Amino acid sequence: MQQARENVTIPKILTAPMHVLPLWPVSIALSQLARKLLRAHPTILSRIDKYQENLFELDITDLPFILRLHPARAELRAFRRSAAPDADARISGSLAAFLAMLHGVEDGDSLYFSGSLQIEGDTSAVLALRNALDDAELDLSTEIANALPLLAPPLRLALAPLEKLTGLHLQRADTTPEVY
Amino acid sequence: MELVCPAGTPAALRAAVDAGAHCIYCGFADETNARNFPGLNFSRAELAEAVGYAHARGAKVLVAINTFPTAGQEALWHSAVADAERAGADAVILADLGLLAYTAEHHPDLRRHLSVQAAAANPDAINFYASAFDVRRVVLPRVLSVEEIAAINKEIDVETEVFVFGGLCVMAEGRCSLSSYATGRSPNMNGVCSPPEHVDYATEGNESVARLGGFTIHRTPKGGAAPYPTLCKGCFTSGDKTGHVFEDAVSLDASALVPRLAQAGVTALKIEGRQRSKAYVAQIVRAFRAVTDALDEGRAPPALALARLSEGQAATTGAYAKTWR
Repeated sequence: MQQARENVTIPKILTAPMHVLPLWPVSIALSQLARKLLRAHPTILSRIDKYQENLFELDITDLPFILRLHPARAELRAFRRSAAPDADARISGSLAAFLAMLHGVEDGDSLYFSGSLQIEGDTSAVLALRNALDDAELDLSTEIANALPLLAPPLRLALAPLEKLTGLHLQRADTTPEVY
Repeated sequence: MELVCPAGTPAALRAAVDAGAHCIYCGFADETNARNFPGLNFSRAELAEAVGYAHARGAKVLVAINTFPTAGQEALWHSAVADAERAGADAVILADLGLLAYTAEHHPDLRRHLSVQAAAANPDAINFYASAFDVRRVVLPRVLSVEEIAAINKEIDVETEVFVFGGLCVMAEGRCSLSSYATGRSPNMNGVCSPPEHVDYATEGNESVARLGGFTIHRTPKGGAAPYPTLCKGCFTSGDKTGHVFEDAVSLDASALVPRLAQAGVTALKIEGRQRSKAYVAQIVRAFRAVTDALDEGRAPPALALARLSEGQAATTGAYAKTWR
């Protein structure tokens, strides 16, 4: 039986440099990824529907910054927690929980039931975003490789060892965890 | 035994089919179905494509049109029935008497199932729906014991479908007014139990607080297990007692009762959860397919480990084993 990995957290030694490094290159890279991803998966915006203009805060609790997503502008930007503007809806949880949900390994409601994910603000907007991303069957590693083709070959080689090392779900699950 | 599985999106439908669902039920993205949540459900084109995917792999698709039409706006529900038939749906799941009559008259070849929203819980009611509208299958409310289901099956000629996993509604379904009382919207008319635009989550001190329409439903330790923000699972004070007055925050899991349900004459097992993700759908469907396969082959069903996917992280056999307070 596959182990639940939503409680894995990033070691502080890896996140420490992020406290001092500038965030603007992160915002540029993430927004570029968001633009390509939304272009490749148009049903995401159609499912988000009237909440496209909402500002979503993704508070990845084991990272020293938060992410702000504005779907209509295809913006995904990083902010220091103290400097972040108000958002319409907020989802918080570990990077492991976010990745497991995005890659179809964990169910968002189950993560909420267990306290691994928490939401605040406009619940309708959160549901719309969650359902839109779930239907899109995203694989972040593929999306990154598509956005940055030069990185694709080393990324393919590194994925499995990285998953093993970190315990994170870095790509879409091929198999369904057995529950019996 | 037929396994009837939920799908809130095309991706979830494909996951259900791939995991071994015999049948998948879904709905249109409007007020005609009882899971009308943002970002969920199917467009007409998506439904047609999904039916093609399922049929190509030997699975059936049922379309839930199981809310009660608003007076003067029946056209929305009528067009949903026509569009489900046009998309190639194997049946529609209906609750409203008028819509059943309309469908029987205008779409006689479209198989009709009676939704749990109709709350038909005795042979007289079921036989009426069967004779008046040629309903071929009834989804039984989640308030009956296995013995009561066996007794009903002896007095009716239509198939019965029962819930075996997921959210547990103990109300007279289709008549519950709790959500209407707090928000003005209901699962019966608008397809939403606890409409999300009325749900407010907040962190207060070390507690997570969930409110519906301004009513505090429950307070849980921050980061602790939490249920859905539904009034029936809220923690309230009544007299000198504080607790889950209507229903504990648990999910139904009747996997161990499947052999007895088969003996009781049940045709199909239903999994609740069109609002859940494809990860939930895939895991639950695969688990229950192992149960039905074991049953078909005369083996003991495997024990399932589903608590992690359950509301409240706990499960109950609900009314099937009848241990109400």
